[in-house]
Amino acid sequence: MAMTNEPDALAVADSALVLDGDAGDFFALLKPRVMSLVVFTALVGLLMAPGEIHPVIGFIAILSIAVGAGASGALNMWYDADIDILMDRTAKRPIPAGRIPADTVLAFGLFLSVFSVATLGLTVNLLSAGLLAFTIFFYAVVYTMWLKRSTPHNIVIGGAAGAFPPIIGWACVTNSISLESIALFAIIFLWTPAHFWALALFKSDDYGRAGIPMLPNVAGERATKNQIVLYAALTAVSGVVPAIMGFAGVTYGVIAAVLGAAFVWYSVQVWRMADGDKKMVPAKKLFAYSLLYLFAVFSALLIDALVAKFFSAGV
Amino acid sequence: MDHVELTEQQKKARRSRSLALGVVLALLAVLFYVVTIIKVGPGIFNRPL
Repeated sequence: MAMTNEPDALAVADSALVLDGDAGDFFALLKPRVMSLVVFTALVGLLMAPGEIHPVIGFIAILSIAVGAGASGALNMWYDADIDILMDRTAKRPIPAGRIPADTVLAFGLFLSVFSVATLGLTVNLLSAGLLAFTIFFYAVVYTMWLKRSTPHNIVIGGAAGAFPPIIGWACVTNSISLESIALFAIIFLWTPAHFWALALFKSDDYGRAGIPMLPNVAGERATKNQIVLYAALTAVSGVVPAIMGFAGVTYGVIAAVLGAAFVWYSVQVWRMADGDKKMVPAKKLFAYSLLYLFAVFSALLIDALVAKFFSAGV
Repeated sequence: MDHVELTEQQKKARRSRSLALGVVLALLAVLFYVVTIIKVGPGIFNRPL
């Protein structure tokens, strides 16, 4: 940045406002890939819920949930900037890369948090707004500030933050929390550990460098692999619960059972992987499949719900 | 008074941020207008004088 006396230049007093980050960097603060999963699962919760919601209000609800999720992502990046710079996976994020100052990210995250919760409360209902506020608090404070750096079970408990969106989507329509929405919550909640521990296995050097007590670094590979199989099995069972409870059809149940069986199979391949394996191919495959699993299960739920609504409307 | 001259990259980044902010604000204005009509409904045109 050059100093000059040219009249068309910014005053020095405003130099704190000079940012290298462009709109894309601010968008990156919202963790768009995580947000896409949040949007999708919240949409499924909203469309599966009994009752109706005006399409525009439904759109605002999903938008608010997406922005709230993005806000918690920005707050996470603000707090974790010191460890993000130590990990290959996160070193290019806007704060560690020096493109946006940490204070600006904090203000951005706080503003979006308040704005998204207020919008949801004013346009949809107070319960969903309260749930969104709690989700942001849970992710930014309980997970990021407390659990992440203090316990290897960080993502077991912290995974609840990522599991709330379908409950919020459901509450947007019904203004209530029901066993059905809790069943949707359970699928994501139980899925999260196997998903993240697969990542933690082949990124354990990264996490170790940053001093984050992920399970492989604290309890070792064998214990992590045992836990992965356990949670994959629990996820597979939770996947068919909507069909057992009767708010999803038999076809969905069969699809979820097959997808769940494959999830367990991939986790067993990780379990069979030799300790100390450097390539970690089975862990990488499980991580990729876990993303596909969640997307496929919620897609099947969505299609099942839309088909049921189509026929119940008598069309 | 000393001034800071932005680099070309910083000017480009500022244009990008300004454009994104403008688009977002315009869309929000439209969205809140539509929501107001939906929430208040046709009754908004049926107020006692």
